[in-house]
Amino acid sequence: MKQIFHLTLPLLITFLLSLFFAFQFFVPHESIRDTYTYLLQCTMIIGCFAMLLGIYSLVRVHFIRIKRRAQNYKYSYMTITALTLTIIVGLFGSIEKGPALEGHMYYFIYNTVLIPIQATMFSLLAFFIASAAYRAFRARSLVATVLLLTAVFVMIGRVPIGGQIHEFLPAFAHWLLNVPNLAAKRAIMIGIGLGASATALKVALGIERSHFGG
Amino acid sequence: MPRTVKIFEYLQHLDRRIIFLMLAIVVIIPMIKTFEMPVTVTPEVKKAYDEIEKLPEGTPIFMALDYDPGTAAEMAPLAEAVIKHAYSKNLKIVSSCLTAVGVSMIESTMKTMSSDFGKVYGKDYVFLGYKPYPAIVIMNMGESFRDPFPNDYYHNNLDDIPLMKGIKNFDNLGLVCVITSTSGIDMWLVYGQGKYRFPMISGLSAVMATDYYPFLYSGQLKGLIAGLKGASEYEKLIGKPAWATKGMVVQSFAHVLIVFFILICNICYFVTGKKERRL
Repeated sequence: MKQIFHLTLPLLITFLLSLFFAFQFFVPHESIRDTYTYLLQCTMIIGCFAMLLGIYSLVRVHFIRIKRRAQNYKYSYMTITALTLTIIVGLFGSIEKGPALEGHMYYFIYNTVLIPIQATMFSLLAFFIASAAYRAFRARSLVATVLLLTAVFVMIGRVPIGGQIHEFLPAFAHWLLNVPNLAAKRAIMIGIGLGASATALKVALGIERSHFGG
Repeated sequence: MPRTVKIFEYLQHLDRRIIFLMLAIVVIIPMIKTFEMPVTVTPEVKKAYDEIEKLPEGTPIFMALDYDPGTAAEMAPLAEAVIKHAYSKNLKIVSSCLTAVGVSMIESTMKTMSSDFGKVYGKDYVFLGYKPYPAIVIMNMGESFRDPFPNDYYHNNLDDIPLMKGIKNFDNLGLVCVITSTSGIDMWLVYGQGKYRFPMISGLSAVMATDYYPFLYSGQLKGLIAGLKGASEYEKLIGKPAWATKGMVVQSFAHVLIVFFILICNICYFVTGKKERRL
């Protein structure tokens, strides 16, 4: 009985749904479309439960870190406090009928904490890239030299100053993006596509079972 | 050790704080002092512009504005340039934000931009807001907008909004414009454009744009606006230079400095006899 509920039934559901989702792509009949829409809505609802699981998992991980006094455990206090505060502020008073109300605490947290933090983190990247480029972009080998030259041409060719230096630079940067880059990307994408199709087929036929866990 | 070699040794292992300081100076100066640099329009941005330009007045378009505050410096000028173009052509905009942390910011942008052009909510534009799981939302929207979004962001029933009256799904829109700095673009391409075959243009952050050139040439993307550079080109096309055009001057100086760093570092590397040290 355990075998049926833990393995056979999930495999059967996976197989039947895979068959249906492949089938619906080619059959635009109304009944098929309605079933498809219904199943998509079910997926969204199931997905919402995953969020609860995510919150539980996050809280659990950080409580364990605090309990064990793991390295940098003090940041776990921050995570849990921020999570709790934002949920409380959002649930009680700041979010009504969907949107966050302007001028309320939720907006305040968003505008004065989240936006500056995210903007700062992203802005710092420029400084680290400059430092990393200075130290790492060295012509150690032929391949490294090709990479270095490509980076230099694209960096200069993709900004207006490149055209000011020489009209060849933007044209060459454009060629690099549209010919060698495109060829490599296409090859990678075709490979990924074939790999994804093979994996999907393995999951549908029950050959790949790692998503069952254990 | 000769003195020159010592200098090169020093330069090769220059304190990173000096690099940070130099970059900060190079970024700040063009922001304070006005410099002008001509922007050249690339074919992929022109194609995106033409797709909007050819739409008849009053056509509804869909704008997926999927970016967050972290990438707003690059993506907001891009989104604003496209919105300006759409509004100047009197197109109607249905928009959404499928990035959880960007919703309030996008809503504010839509509200401000629409107000600047004297557009009325519900008649000229609609903001659907956010729903989790972008792939599922996109697939649902392909069937009917009312499935994932029975109500808009302000909790109005979609059937009560005048602009949404004749709009069921992507078939009723002139164009889909996805402006994103996330992997959400893959979902729009695979689950949206791939299945429902709507005309689509995209604005992407510069770092991810190179991955999507194949879709431009396969015809799945009708146009591609890449990063701040693309935004500045778009601003040039609509004749309204703004933040992206100014930003390109800053970016030009920063890129030149980084290339200068690379050059110095490599000269030092060769002069010092390619001595390797731990970074």
